[in-house]
Amino acid sequence: QQPAQFTNPETPGYVGFANLPNQVHRKSVKKGFEFTLMVVGESGLGKSTLINSLFLTDLYPERIIPGAAEKIERTVQIEASTVEIEERGVKLRLTVVDTPGYGDAINCRDCFKTIISYIDEQFERYLHDESGLNRRHIIDNRVHCCFYFISPFGHGLKPLDVEFMKAIHNKVNIVPVIAKADTLCLKERERLKKRILDEIEEHGIKIYHLPDAESDEDEDFKEQTRLLKASIPFCVVGSNQLIEAKGKKVRGRLYPWGVVEVENPEHNDFLKLRTMLITHMQDLQEVTQDLHYENFRSERLKRGGRKIEEEEVNKDQILLEKEAEVR
Amino acid sequence: SCAGPVESKTEAAMSELVPESRQKPVVPMKPMGINANLLGYIGIDTIIEQMRKKTMKTGFDFNIMVVGQSGLGKSTLVNTLFKSQVSRKSSGWNREEKIPKTVEIKAIGHVIEEGGVKMKLTVIDTPGFGDQINNENCWEPIEKYINEQYEKFLKEEVNIARKKRIPDTRVHCCLYFISPTGHSLRPLDLEFMKHLSKVVNIIPVIAKADTMTLEEKTEFKQRVRKELEVNGIEFYPQKEFDEDLEDKTENDKIRQESMPFAVVGSDKEYQVNGKRVLGRKTPWGIIEVENLTHCEFALLRDFVIRTHLQDLKEVTHNIHYETYRAKRLNDNGGLPPMAVETEENHESNL
Repeated sequence: QQPAQFTNPETPGYVGFANLPNQVHRKSVKKGFEFTLMVVGESGLGKSTLINSLFLTDLYPERIIPGAAEKIERTVQIEASTVEIEERGVKLRLTVVDTPGYGDAINCRDCFKTIISYIDEQFERYLHDESGLNRRHIIDNRVHCCFYFISPFGHGLKPLDVEFMKAIHNKVNIVPVIAKADTLCLKERERLKKRILDEIEEHGIKIYHLPDAESDEDEDFKEQTRLLKASIPFCVVGSNQLIEAKGKKVRGRLYPWGVVEVENPEHNDFLKLRTMLITHMQDLQEVTQDLHYENFRSERLKRGGRKIEEEEVNKDQILLEKEAEVR
Repeated sequence: SCAGPVESKTEAAMSELVPESRQKPVVPMKPMGINANLLGYIGIDTIIEQMRKKTMKTGFDFNIMVVGQSGLGKSTLVNTLFKSQVSRKSSGWNREEKIPKTVEIKAIGHVIEEGGVKMKLTVIDTPGFGDQINNENCWEPIEKYINEQYEKFLKEEVNIARKKRIPDTRVHCCLYFISPTGHSLRPLDLEFMKHLSKVVNIIPVIAKADTMTLEEKTEFKQRVRKELEVNGIEFYPQKEFDEDLEDKTENDKIRQESMPFAVVGSDKEYQVNGKRVLGRKTPWGIIEVENLTHCEFALLRDFVIRTHLQDLKEVTHNIHYETYRAKRLNDNGGLPPMAVETEENHESNL
């Protein structure tokens, strides 16, 4: 039977569930979306500026930057800020989780502990809520995506980058980002991107993969997806300052030798990163739910009440099985 | 100042008395046109020319160390400073090059020549510094190397039969590269400079400064200067070694306004306004390395090479080396350390 027959309400046999996506859409719009984005990277890599630029907001109005002497004593902190953004009737409740102190200490061996604990805690809380009696208003604070900032000043990944990503790639979607990209000329960017991708593969690090466009999507979307996939890791420049360039006001950075425009695709990948995040918010949440959370859940339930350190489970085996299941 | 009588009255009086046929005293030719009174002129000032000629013939040593995390442009900057490939190939990061697991000390020597003057330049690279997960005490191999050079020199100095010219491998200048975060110094920066400023001349530079706008640069420099001051870090030129008021005024200006120099390095040339310039080409403009409105590379170059090169060596020799020597003698109970047994030594003792 031809699908076309089901679009006409007058057609005999028309049930009407084709309208379901619209209903879901409307309900979602009413409910609003929740999204938790974790931001990790050494100080001074442009994380806060980028977040503010992405969401056209100022998430850190009373920020005090500590000096080096203070940083010596500090350990990694977790700071979550929530902001409600509304655009054309669609509400987004965005939580940005910052990790100040990461990578600052002279000895960064214990850098990850706090961060991994936080991620696990959110999974734990969700598991607890999910298993509870009143499940009407479960709040999802699980980390849906982690922007990991790689230094544009280096030659590739640092040992800390490799170790950290390996420690969390089975818990959260990692999106590697290179900010302050205006420090690199185009050739240097290509070289750095390639080197990072090579190193990611060499060390078996699993970063978030954009799903391929469905075959029934239009060519433009397919092309866009191809372009996005080819640009990872994104080299971006953030700014909320308006600069006059070529007769119009653009967001950018003013240098004695020229103006770097944030939203100019020839200058950096900011628009690509934003597009990727917005069009894949749903997918990022799904992968978190279906893969990372399920991994955590099955492992946790297997362990029962036992602590992580007491159990030596064949993690990799279970994860491989789980992944095969999901894909 | 030239050696000769200052009072012109006496000169006039004298010339009246002396007949014109008097032979001019035999003095060496002076290169500069000073208004010399040949009668009262001695020629002491010619020593400058003699020294200059000597230096040109013997050449001189200069040892510069670069310290900083990988990727901060150390090699490129040194190549730019000396306009030659004196540091490992800057743009080459082949697949095989990885961050070493411990701090390595790599010294590469080159002889470069300019205007008849030969310089034996040694660039000491420190790959691996600050790149590990645990960077505790990563400055120790560097401090050890610096002290080893002092020890080497000391041993030569106490020799019975000394070499005519003791080879100088002591580190005259240590460029410390600060990451341009725009925030503040990192804990490791403080630790390194605290330890090493006591044994070597440290010149802090802000690397890859093309990542900051003018305001960001000014703010960052101020912050860094303040942090260095608050933590008692004396970078070169150290206040306590200013010799006179002239030095102090000049150095004060450098310490309080120019340093740390925010630099950009490059070994590529581009055409700008009809001239070939060293720079970096981006889609939004060309950054000119030697343009003072773009970055402070030219200030660093002038400072290290054109004005303070000799002073860097002198402070190393007269202050840092002497401090080391005094400590060694004290440790040894006031006696010099064991002299090196060389062929000459042995024979002359027999």
